[in-house]
This record gives sequence, structure tokens and C-alpha cells, in this order.
Amino acid sequence: MKCGIVVFPGSNCDHDVYHVLSHVLEQEGTFLWHQGTSLEGCELVVLPGGFSYGDYLRAGSMAAHSPIMAAVRRHAEAGGRVLGICNGFQMLLETGLLPGAMRRNRDLRFLSVDVHLRVERDDLLYCSNYRRGDVLRMPIAHAEGNYVDTEEALDELERRGQVVFRYVDDAGRREPAANLNGSERAIAGICNAGGNVLGLMPHPERCAEEMLGNRDGLGLLAGAVAVGGRVGALAAAGG
Amino acid sequence: MTSQTSRHGKGPEGRFVARVLVYPRVEVLDPQGRAIEDALGRIGFDGVRRIRAGKSFEVALEAADERQATEAVERMCRQLLANPIVEDYTVEWVSE
Repeated sequence: MKCGIVVFPGSNCDHDVYHVLSHVLEQEGTFLWHQGTSLEGCELVVLPGGFSYGDYLRAGSMAAHSPIMAAVRRHAEAGGRVLGICNGFQMLLETGLLPGAMRRNRDLRFLSVDVHLRVERDDLLYCSNYRRGDVLRMPIAHAEGNYVDTEEALDELERRGQVVFRYVDDAGRREPAANLNGSERAIAGICNAGGNVLGLMPHPERCAEEMLGNRDGLGLLAGAVAVGGRVGALAAAGG
Repeated sequence: MTSQTSRHGKGPEGRFVARVLVYPRVEVLDPQGRAIEDALGRIGFDGVRRIRAGKSFEVALEAADERQATEAVERMCRQLLANPIVEDYTVEWVSE
């Protein structure tokens, strides 16, 4: 599958994603410059982590208005796959392709540590290599990952099953101590109603090879390029 | 979202200067404001009820008239300067 990794000034996980997609998963990875206006036929678009535009104003807010984002929006709205990781997730929130916003981490610290995530959906292509309830270990590295929205919007998100990953302890339990950044309802990753746009704060591309000591994230990137089946087919059926 | 517009600081030839203040919404936890609040308590300021840490922007622009200047700045606030999910903004007009 042709996969486009969008490069913004300040992106720093673009090559990691490219490496996993191209070399580990043997897909056709290509870089897309943020000033471009075409996705060049890519089926999967990845908005990688980093500090686009130096996190000026709000993390992801400047990138959300880059020329390429108009094409990314059209792709997403047509049902195309868009995966936002960390800063990429923040961009998806700022563009409105996913609901909610990020605040600074509860304790105001930049957090660079492994966390545990519970898989809440396994009917998405992205999660097709996981089972609901699986506990994954993935690294986070962010200062603004404290997810928030209005209570009504959070209820709606839950009702529609758009919470895909939650911060839990190593036994899969929701504990305040396991929710390091203070996110509402321990939300680590969400999808849109169609299930084709996914954003998460943890970095699956940093834990996708055995030689790195952890390959829990490989399944997610493999799911993102999975062929066959409609993305979010069950989500659509369930309304 | 709130917006209060005071006297327009209309300069020469349709030049305007707006001061945009952006704050975390009162109902949204503001970790930065909370930390500053705690620090003020630690150094002996007991009566502080709340701190909200925000941002300010000075927007110098040209527009045909006050109405257009106001509309432009309001749009800037909604589309970029503030994130309405977590922030409120106010607009004041100042002289250049």
C-alpha cells in the first residue's frame, strides 16, 4: 500500500514511521511535504509526531492550516485512512477531523515513559491485530497530551465507541496513577465516527521491532495497511 | 466564548490595533494556572481565589471600517488564535 508520511517543519518521527512502514511492513512509503497540495495517490496518510512549527500557539495548530491539510481533510472525508501519532493526533484535533482538544499534562511535565494501553475496539482495521481488552505497552513523549472535551461530547464519544485506547495499569485496570497526563476518561486514542481517522498520543512506531525490546506497536501499523474489509465496517453498522 | 468590544482604536487610513486575550475556559482545568496559584500560596499570598494563565496577541490590521476590522479579528479568533473547546477570548481595541 502506498503510504504518505507528511513532513512538517519540526516533525521528528517521520523517518521512524517511514522505516516501519517501508522496511518492517514492506509497504511503499513516501514523504509528503507540508507545502504540497496532493497526496500523490497514497491510501494511508500518517501525520507523524514531533514539534511542528515549534508547537507555536498550540501544539498542532499551525500544521492544521498547512496547504497539505486541505488534501488530508478531503481524503479523510472520503473515507481514506488517516493516522495521527502524538503531534499528528494534536493536528487532527486542531483541524476538527477528530473531536476534543489537548491541555498541558496535568503535572506540567514533558512525559517520556512507557505506558500501558487497553484496546477498546477490535472491529477497526487499525486494531485488527489486537483483541478488545488487550494491554499494550507503548512509549509516550509529550507535554500536551491531556485530552479534554465537554462532558456531553465525551459521553457522545463513549456512546459511539470512538475511544480506541485508554491508559491503564499493566493489568489493564483504569487507575488514576496510570493516567499520567490526566486525560479525561483516561483517553489515549480516539477515532472518528467512520473509523477511518485514528489519533493517539503513544508512539507505535517506536515499539515495532524485536530488537527494540518491544513490538506491541507493530500490530497497529500493520492494521493501518491491512487490505480487505471496510474500515470501521462494524462502526457504521452500529451507527 | 465571549467577546467584548470596547472603543475602536482607529488610526490613520483605516488602520486598527486589536488586543486579543485568550484564557482557558473557567470550567476547564488549567494546569499552568493551578501551578502558579499554588506557588503564590507558597510565598504567602493567601487570598488568591483563582489564576488562569492565558495569552495575549496584538493584531495590527488594515480594514475599510470598524465593522470589517471587528469581523476580521473575530474570525481570526475562532479559526486560529483561540481553541473554543478549551479557551475563551476577548477583543479590546487600542490605539497604535
